[in-house]
Amino acid sequence: MNEKAPANPSRLPSLPRMRLSEKGARRMTIGVLLAPVIVVILLLFMGGLITGFLRSLGYFPLIGLNDFNFDAYLSIFTDNGFIRSFVLTFHIAFTSTVIASILAIASAMLLRPAFRGKRFVQFIFSLNLTIPHLVGAVGVLYLFSGSGLVSRLATGAGLIDAPAEFPALVFDPWAIGIIIQYVWKEIPFIGVIVLAILLSVGEDYESVARSLGANRWQAFRHVTLPLVMPGVVSASVIVFAFTFGAFEIPWLLGATFPKALPVLAFESYTDVDLAARPQAMAMAMVIAFMSSLMILAYMKLSRRYIRS
Amino acid sequence: MAGAAAKTTLVHRPAWRVTGRWVGITGLLAFLIAPIVPLFIWSISFRWFYPAILPTEYSARAWTEVINPNNDVVGVAWNTALIALVVTAFSILLGVPAGRALGLYEFRGKRLVEWLILAPIIVPGLAVVLGIHVLFIRAGLSNSLPGVILVHLVPTLPYMTLVMSGVFANYDTDFELQARSLGAGRLATQWYVTLPAIFPGVVVGAMFAFIISWSQYVLTLLIGGGQVQTLPLLLFSFVRSDPAIAGALSVVFILPAVLVLLLSSRYLSGDSAAVGGIGNI
Repeated sequence: MNEKAPANPSRLPSLPRMRLSEKGARRMTIGVLLAPVIVVILLLFMGGLITGFLRSLGYFPLIGLNDFNFDAYLSIFTDNGFIRSFVLTFHIAFTSTVIASILAIASAMLLRPAFRGKRFVQFIFSLNLTIPHLVGAVGVLYLFSGSGLVSRLATGAGLIDAPAEFPALVFDPWAIGIIIQYVWKEIPFIGVIVLAILLSVGEDYESVARSLGANRWQAFRHVTLPLVMPGVVSASVIVFAFTFGAFEIPWLLGATFPKALPVLAFESYTDVDLAARPQAMAMAMVIAFMSSLMILAYMKLSRRYIRS
Repeated sequence: MAGAAAKTTLVHRPAWRVTGRWVGITGLLAFLIAPIVPLFIWSISFRWFYPAILPTEYSARAWTEVINPNNDVVGVAWNTALIALVVTAFSILLGVPAGRALGLYEFRGKRLVEWLILAPIIVPGLAVVLGIHVLFIRAGLSNSLPGVILVHLVPTLPYMTLVMSGVFANYDTDFELQARSLGAGRLATQWYVTLPAIFPGVVVGAMFAFIISWSQYVLTLLIGGGQVQTLPLLLFSFVRSDPAIAGALSVVFILPAVLVLLLSSRYLSGDSAAVGGIGNI
């Protein structure tokens, strides 16, 4: 996303009529072009974010709460359930992102050379780029539940005798099913980006390293990997932010305790007890804050990579 | 790209490495296809009790129920597509001009605007939808179709804008100037010069905006409040109770995604801006 070519100001239209006040006219044009999108994002996105923030501070004039306080934050940060949820959510996002990134780099290396049937393989590889997460989650459930397809295959192979003997891979406290689903979905996402970099760079640098005496691993570690890292980092930031805040996958595949943070926030918000609302909003703010941290890290990292 | 790939065939590779590569590729593809397989099998199964590896009896029950006009699945699918179409249309109408401004011009505050547009792509929907719900209740937009359409714009509009900004960054305005100097009016220039040049980008961006809206779950669940039914909501309600129906619904749910991929795969190299936003689907 940071690879956009720089805009070229010298290519701007400069019709004679615009010369009178070219600068003013240009500013007008830019304003008119951008205004609708900015208004929509300010009203919906920023509006939603600010409303959530005010509510998280206990500001709710309709029911007579006109003061600001940090009660909601204090109560969630001292709540063991919330802490467990936070740690679990971080574990889900971090583990999924790391596994998906490593497997994506490996997949891209596998798919780089020309081979027969490459077009077909690449099509299957990119197939679940567009397949909705929810479908993947349902598929993982039907594969890895106690009576799922993998459990049946294990029974058929004589490894287990009953569904109960199958290891808990969904609804489990380690969120294995959720991580499998994210890895499944994000390998092609990161992989397609890495593959594009590999193909545009070519194998020349690697060949040079090899001819200078580097072995395959050294050539990969010191030549290829640094070349693809900027792409991997920018893609994995998006993946981390998404997996930290995604709702439907842990909602379907998660354990009853601890719950992933987005599920906990949603359930507190829809709770009949209105007193839980500020806490739900505070959790939403924690999710927003974590993803903002990710954007900052992304900006910092991408700038560092561009410099070097 | 083709040249770089062709060059590699000249490199000598030992047989075991070639075999290893194919084992790797086969394993990768198997993993990527695996979750889709049980969905297809469930959709045509009648009796499939543990520990049978394949169904003991097959039936078209799930499919006949899904396409039965009395069961409303077709209506819900149509509703989902309609919402996605309107959302896509708004995204094009607002996102193409904004993409033009970001792709062609340098101006003060551009970084701020880019941040503002990037933020809804990175910040998860759930973090903002709770606040949006509060606003929409006050504005009378909750539990309504317009409300759902508006909230779907939060992920799709920034995405479309970024795709178009990438398209316009590689676009040459000199053609427009030439058309104008040859006497074409503003509208004629836009229609005959600008549109054909950016059309492939608009189509790819629009298809992905459609898929993003088509796949939304929690935004629709909360803002629609049960009054607006879409395919993902319907699918969710059948996952535990009736795997056969859920399998058939999943297949229907996947169809546009596969179609979009077939139509756009040649634009989907990783360096295109289109890939950037689909981590969010």
